[in-house]
Amino acid sequence: MRKYVPKDSVQAKSYYTDRFWVAPRVPRLTVEDEHFLSVLDALGDDSKESYIEVGQLVIHIEATDNLRIIKKLKEECGYTQCSEQSAVDYLAQDGEFELFYQLLNINEAKRIRVVCRIKDGQAIESIHPLYKSANFAEREMFDMFGIKVNNHPFLKRILMPDDWEGNPLLKTYPLEGDEFASWYEVDKIFGKEYRDIIGPEIRDPAHIDREDSKRFSRVGYEVPFGSEVAEAKSEQEIEYSKTLLVNYNSKKSKILDERR
Amino acid sequence: MAQHQVNYASSAGLPIALTSVDKLVNWGRSNSLWPLTYGLACCAIEMMASGASRYDFDRMGTIFRASPRQADVMILAGTLSKKHAEFARRLYDQMTEPKWVISMGSCANTGGMFNTYATVQGVDRIIPVDIYLPGCAPRPETLQYALMMLQTKIRRESADMKKNTKQDLTVQTGRRARLI
Amino acid sequence: MQVTNKLTPFFENLNFDRDDNTMVINFGPQHPSAHGQLRLVLELDGEQVVKAYPDIGYLHRGIEKMAENMTYNEFLPTTDRLDYMAATSNNYAYALAVEKLLDIEAPRRAQVIRTMLLELNRILGHLFFIATHALDVGAMSVFLYAFREREFALDLMEDYCGARLTHSAVRIGGVPLDLPDNWLENVASFCDKVDYEIDHTYNPLLQENRIWKMRLEDVGIISAEDALSWGCSGIMLRGSGINYDIRKEEPYELYSELDFDIPVSDRCDSYGRYRLYIEEMKQSTRIIRQLVPMYAETSPELMAHAPQYISAPKEEIMTQNYSLMQHFVLVTQGMRPPKGEVYVPTESSKGELGFYIKSEGEPYAYRLKCRAPSFFHTGLLQEILVGTYIADVVTIIGSTNIVFGEVDR
Repeated sequence: MRKYVPKDSVQAKSYYTDRFWVAPRVPRLTVEDEHFLSVLDALGDDSKESYIEVGQLVIHIEATDNLRIIKKLKEECGYTQCSEQSAVDYLAQDGEFELFYQLLNINEAKRIRVVCRIKDGQAIESIHPLYKSANFAEREMFDMFGIKVNNHPFLKRILMPDDWEGNPLLKTYPLEGDEFASWYEVDKIFGKEYRDIIGPEIRDPAHIDREDSKRFSRVGYEVPFGSEVAEAKSEQEIEYSKTLLVNYNSKKSKILDERR
Repeated sequence: MAQHQVNYASSAGLPIALTSVDKLVNWGRSNSLWPLTYGLACCAIEMMASGASRYDFDRMGTIFRASPRQADVMILAGTLSKKHAEFARRLYDQMTEPKWVISMGSCANTGGMFNTYATVQGVDRIIPVDIYLPGCAPRPETLQYALMMLQTKIRRESADMKKNTKQDLTVQTGRRARLI
Repeated sequence: MQVTNKLTPFFENLNFDRDDNTMVINFGPQHPSAHGQLRLVLELDGEQVVKAYPDIGYLHRGIEKMAENMTYNEFLPTTDRLDYMAATSNNYAYALAVEKLLDIEAPRRAQVIRTMLLELNRILGHLFFIATHALDVGAMSVFLYAFREREFALDLMEDYCGARLTHSAVRIGGVPLDLPDNWLENVASFCDKVDYEIDHTYNPLLQENRIWKMRLEDVGIISAEDALSWGCSGIMLRGSGINYDIRKEEPYELYSELDFDIPVSDRCDSYGRYRLYIEEMKQSTRIIRQLVPMYAETSPELMAHAPQYISAPKEEIMTQNYSLMQHFVLVTQGMRPPKGEVYVPTESSKGELGFYIKSEGEPYAYRLKCRAPSFFHTGLLQEILVGTYIADVVTIIGSTNIVFGEVDR
């Protein structure tokens, strides 16, 4: 039977998990730091949920308000640098993407993470007017997840080629690529008619081609370099170990002989 | 001081060396292999190191050229991504005959550890390769040895490029046909 | 004899002759001074750049996707290939992020070794910067000298971990090996050598060199606001007069105990950044010298004790049954960190290298985002190249010190 692979997530899964195992959680602490409390005061009702996780303040906000809230953080709380932003794919569980903005306050040396969630197909407002680093970061997010960004100056694929199909970091996209990805360079350089000649990609790291006389693997036949293995078998047979390759049919056996 | 004057025409004839054209041409070709600096990823650093002071590639007549028109060997050093594959083929086409290709490092040979959607699984899918150089990343000595292997290979070849069936796209009987 | 291919002429989509007297040229993706695989499309008015469009992704290898399909320990060697000039700094940034997630701390000796390796890798990265930057600008001999010193540092790395380029010298929870014999003496003499060469080779060759100054001074000016807004970090930020170094401001490892200075330049140009690289190398040797006596005071543990996540030392695995069982589980299934997310910044030789890890309690990370400094520095190019002359483009690319392993990931 073929192994069942869920369609909505092709990420590698642990092959065994104990029935009673419950994953613990990184402790989420209440906010006690003075600076972080002032940030929360400034935000007021805008923060839906806030806690400290591994030394950094995490604030959950409404996705539609992202530009306004981050502007407030930049102008009132001194978060002058957006060091990173990206998304996490939760489409399989909730049908949502989780977006995070990692902000840095240079003067206080404090970092906060602003988290919001958008539905599949929903667009997000660009924060490019506030932080120019969003130019590349949002393009990467668009490329990798297909999340549309409104009012971005130049929303275009950045890491993958322009004519690429699919968004690689979605959980539905396999690590080794789909049909389109596996023929991409052949189609582009030689054309589709060369697919048969060049052949499919070999993804098996332990693959050995027995009839290859030009490269690493001359297994089984000793032939001159570059000759066709099928026609040019060497005159001298290769001697295999007698103990390993025993032909059980040639031995005499009472019962088998009777049956024959 | 003794004044020796040799009259070549009358006494012993002109000094000559007998050799075949193949050997002469291949001697010239193999001893001044100019590679194209095609640094793609990590292996490019080792390629640079082999050109720098300790390993000194120049003593083998190997001087890195930046233009494919001046180069004889393409050293594909590093991971070839699918976005870049087109340009690798383009540069290969721009090189003048005779030309050879060294695939440096596991990524270029087979895709190596990057068994992903974005990596070409072996540059021999798009370019005929002469020498495969294993390692991640190969040491500069390995690259120099590969170049020496390429020199021996060139010396074995016929100087007449038409006799070398290198660039025919042929179908082979194995599972994996390739450009040879 | 060529195999025909379907590739159309490359410039068909770019307008060469335009009505407005500008010309479009293409730079890369294979250019000897593009520091890898940067493709720049430049629109020129005479010799001046009117518009610059950096096109990246020519080295995209899907490292973030790989992280989702590999266990935490399996992924560590892959991080070597991010910033391949100084591989240990990537290993360390990743290991630190996972350690923060697991809430464990490496033992003291491992911390000393790690800090030494980090600083050694900073010197490696900076030497490489000086070599290639000088080569791009036209000073060939500096390249040869810098690679000479780099080879000595690579010898030290090779002594420690066996690899020249892709070290994997740091593990999650500590380091795998103790220092070999005589390593400390060698590293101390290497520091002397670097200091000597800076004073006697690089500074005399470059610092007051007339051509070098003419090529670098007032080229590639980045204002402080721009640097912040574009997400610059490391020397790109300190070169614009903002004193922010993660080693000082958010100290990790042993940096809070060490005595070192952060050089800052308010020149905002390529020359100021070049001076910072030289100064930082001197500070790195100063840090390594302080670490050498600290090593002797430590006890010999190398890996943190956390049986749930980290295998016991080899000796215990070979002698004790429970350690062997636990090692077997960790190797076959992988460690399962608690649910949660973490972002940990570190100061690599290029800038702020951080890893964002989202864990769902599985042995595979649910999402891993590598915050690569060079990625944002590449984005900056589209702004600072505008208005400069074409001859300065290479200088500016060189002084941003981008490396494409981590730009494209």
